[in-house]
This record gives sequence, C-alpha cells and structure tokens, in this order.
Amino acid sequence: MLTPFKRPSVLPGFWPAFSYTALYLTVIVLIPLSAVFLKAVSSSWEHLWKAISAPNVVASYRLSFGASLVAGLISVVVGFLVAWVLVRYEFPGKALADALVDLPFALPTAVAGIALTSLYTENGWVGRYLTPLGIKVAFTPLGVVVALTFIGLPFVVRSVQPVLADADRELEEAAASLGATRRQIFWRVILPIVRPALFTGFALALARALGEYGSVIFISGNLPMKTEITPLLIVSKLEQYDYAGATAIAAVMLIASFALLLGVNALQRRTRRFMETE
Amino acid sequence: MKHTPRMIAALMLGSALFAAGPVKLLNVSYDPTRELYQEINAAFAKQWKAKTGADVTISQSHGGSGKQARSVIDGLQADVVTLGLAYDIDSIAEHAHLLPANWQTRLPNNSTPYTSTIVFLVRKGNPKHIGDWEDLVKPGVSVITPNPKTSGGARWSYLAAWGYALKKNNGDDKKAEEFVTRLYRNVPVLDSGARGSTTTFAQRGIGDVLLSWENEAFLALNELGKDKVEVITPAISILAEPPVAVVDKIAAKHGTTEVAKAYLEFLYSEEGQEIGAKNYYRARSAQALAKYPNRFPALQLFTVDELFGGWQKAQKRHFEDGGVFDRIYGVGR
Repeated sequence: MLTPFKRPSVLPGFWPAFSYTALYLTVIVLIPLSAVFLKAVSSSWEHLWKAISAPNVVASYRLSFGASLVAGLISVVVGFLVAWVLVRYEFPGKALADALVDLPFALPTAVAGIALTSLYTENGWVGRYLTPLGIKVAFTPLGVVVALTFIGLPFVVRSVQPVLADADRELEEAAASLGATRRQIFWRVILPIVRPALFTGFALALARALGEYGSVIFISGNLPMKTEITPLLIVSKLEQYDYAGATAIAAVMLIASFALLLGVNALQRRTRRFMETE
Repeated sequence: MKHTPRMIAALMLGSALFAAGPVKLLNVSYDPTRELYQEINAAFAKQWKAKTGADVTISQSHGGSGKQARSVIDGLQADVVTLGLAYDIDSIAEHAHLLPANWQTRLPNNSTPYTSTIVFLVRKGNPKHIGDWEDLVKPGVSVITPNPKTSGGARWSYLAAWGYALKKNNGDDKKAEEFVTRLYRNVPVLDSGARGSTTTFAQRGIGDVLLSWENEAFLALNELGKDKVEVITPAISILAEPPVAVVDKIAAKHGTTEVAKAYLEFLYSEEGQEIGAKNYYRARSAQALAKYPNRFPALQLFTVDELFGGWQKAQKRHFEDGGVFDRIYGVGR
C-alpha cells in the first residue's frame, strides 16, 4: 500500500507515533475546542450575531488584536536585541540576566498586572514622570501594550537565542572579507539566519497576548468601548449567565487567532524556502 | 451530564462525613461577608450543639456575588446562599431550578436579615469636599466604582446614584440618566468586583472617592487607619438588601434542610442580629442597633422595589446588554 505522507526513515515506528499525535491533538486540543463551538451554536443565530457584533465587542477585537500585534512587533525588535547581547557578549551578571528573561513566564500574570499598574498610574514610580509629559499609560490602550510586551518578550528571546548561538561567525567574517558593509552583513547574513526564529517568537508572543487576561485587566481600566479586551467581555458575558454569547465571542477569537497564526506560519515557511533556494 | 463526577464525589464525601457524625453545611456568600459569617458560624454551631447535641461545621465560600451564583448553577454544592442581591438568587432559581421562584417570601423582611447601604470613602481630610451625590459629578473629581455588569455592589451604587437624581428632579428619568452619565464620566477605571475597586482606591491611591458598601467602607477604614481615609454618609442612598436562602434541592440531597433553615433563622435571632451590627451591617432589630450607637448615621433610604420596580426590571433596563449602562458608554445598538 502506498502511503503518500510516509517517507522512508531509518527509525521505525511511524504509525504508532502518528496515531499518538492524532489522538493527543484530538483529546487535548480538538475536543475542548469543539465544545466551545457546540456550546455557541446551542443558541439562535440572531442572538449569536448580536453577541459578536455589538459595538463594544467589535471595539474590543480592535484593541485585543491591535495591541497584541503591536506588542508582538515590539517584542520581536527588543527580544532580538536581548538575545543578541546574551549570545554575543560576555559581561558580569550575564547568567543572572539570562535567568531574568524567563521571569515573566513564571510570574502569575495577575501579579505582573498589579505591579505594572502600580508603576504606571499617575502617582506610580514611572507614571509620575510620564504624566507631566502628557503620557498616560495605566488605564489606556498603551497600558495594554505595555502588559502584553512584558509577557511576550521571553518568547522571542528564547526562540532566537539558540539559533543565534548556532550561527556560524565565519559567515560574517567571510562577508566582511568580501567587502560587505556592516549594514549588509546584518541584513543579508544575520537576519536571514534568525528570521524563521523571529517569526516563531512573534507567533508565540502574539498567541499568548491574544489570550492574556490576568495582567491586562488590572492595567487596562476596563472602560467600555475604550479599554475592554475581548477576554474580559467573555468573562463579563459569563457573569451575566450568557453562556452562548460568551462562547460565540470565544469562537470568533479562536478563528481569528487561528487564521493569524496560520498566516504567520505561512510567512515563516516562505522565508525558509527562500533561504533554501538561495 | 457534566456535573456527574462532581456530584458523585460530593455524595461520597457527604456519606463519609455523615458516617463520621458532624453535619456539614456550605454557605456560598459574596465578597465582604467573610468576617461576618466566621463569627455567625461559630455562634450558630455552639447554639445548635446546645439545642440538639449534634455537631455542625459550616464552610464558607466567597467571591463576587454574580460569580458565586454561577458556581452554584454550575454545580457548587451550596446548602445555603447568602448573596449580594436578590437578582443573583433569582438566577439560581431561574437557570438551575434549585429553589422555587418565590424563595424571597419564605423569610421575614424579603429574606434579608440585615441591610446595608452605599456610602463614600474619601481620603483623609476630604480634600475634594465630597459630602453628597452632587459632588461626585463635579469636574476634577475622580470616582472609583466597579463595573455594574459584573459586580453586585456596583449595581447598588449605580441605582443609588440614579435614585438620588430621581428624587432630586421629581422623578425625571431623563435627568437621572444625565446625572449618572456625568458620574461615570468621572470614573477612570472599572474593576470587575468590589474588592478590586477597594484595592484600586486604597492600595494604588487612585481616585478621590470610592463608592462602597457601608460595611466594606468600615472594614477598609479599620484596615487602612483613620489617618488615611474617612467614611462619608450621603443624606440619601439606597437600602441595599443582601438576601439569604436555603437551596432546597441541594439541602434535601444532603439531608441538611432542617439545619440549613435553622442556620438562616439564627441570623434573625437577637444574637445573630447583634453579630450583624457588630460587623457593620444594619441589623433589623432595634435592640441590636442600639448597642452600637453613632455607628449607623441616619439617612433617607429608598428601595429597589420603590424606585425601580424590583431587581428583575432594574437588571433588564439598566444592566443587560444594550441597556442604559451600555448607552452611557456609547455602546449603542
């Protein structure tokens, strides 16, 4: 029998491994997710449409996706920088700095939210210097971005770091000896190597930011139409016993997130193919 | 049946305990009653032991009133519920049919052994000179209150402000909506629950005035110190009636109906009333109140039934999706 997706391999055990993967994905991922959709469609279409298209819900999509994208991009730039410093330089306290990167993973997000809010309110340590400049962070969309950047950063650093550590420095030296400028070396040698890792980090940070709840609700202020994130509205619907409405919004979020992540992955594959052909 | 495993676990637990002797009650309550029921439970257990010779242990569960009601609907095994507003117990009756719809008529005073009201907590020295509702809508005054869609306490605050404006403008509904809209323009952050708002105001130092349950305000005053905050009682406010009820079906299943009823009746007894007053609830008994003179300033109080036609109506008109609260925030349909 010809199995179109089985490639010859020196290691046996394709079918058990494949079956296990399929089973795992079904039990752990697909069943809970389909429960969301089933619960949602238990109500009338009219009610569902109303729930997912209400002005405050639409405003929350804008904030949730917008802030997550912005925070993901910031994480990519800053995370690359951090990874670069951690890989390429030796400095006292490097092990400590390296460990610090993981802290946002470990911290309960509510704690992070409370800490950030205390820092950035009008009379907080940071906020009091920003307020005279007319910059308000806490209780504005900017605060949401700050919180999402905080939790997103380690994803990028940890994705890029090993790739950067593996990258051959000789390639850079060869480029330099062939007369490439520093800028060219960065854009044409280093970036292509880490680009897939940057995409992975971005996708992870984005996914995490879209689902983030704990840290954001403290700093966002939760004002309808202005600073309500979509997960908050889902919780708020539940508090009003509107299970169908809550799951409908959750389903919209799921589909949109899935599409976004598919897009990011497709981009990543294209850049990789581009590298392979070059 | 999504609750089956939990029910089996609870039954097994229940029968194990039954064999061991002491009766177990679970009281599912809202946020600021933690201290009150600790005291009540100890006193009731003592009285029950003296009366029947049996031991009773009462567990407490606390959280936002709406969230607690939802937990009971989803299968939390509450023998009694003591929640922040009648609407939440109505929801349990409506969505899970665990108790009859007329539950509120089964105990005296609308099934509310104590009442409370909404007062203002301000910073020491009251720098913004806040004395009554009118001061809350002044420009430059920052008001802290949770989101009424998710917090029971916040719904009382919202209706208190609305009621004040109604009374002041001879029942003009338009003017009341204007007033409440102006008030919420002064709200910089909407936390999801009462405790969250208290933290925002007290710990993070945000806002000039916190709209709060009277008992919660006094607790905050004790905790933060009289050198930090003051309680201001407005001349007029809402009579907040947090009700109690036996959850019939769950109590019947546990065989705790009798003790659950006695537990709630104990709240109405002189001893229960005094513990309520001690914990800053306005007891129904004048005798209990008299033990704490000067604690509860006299003010004009109106009820939800008087001005809003009951909780079901108030909820529908003001807090449902597409209701007046949404309109205030520009969430038009």
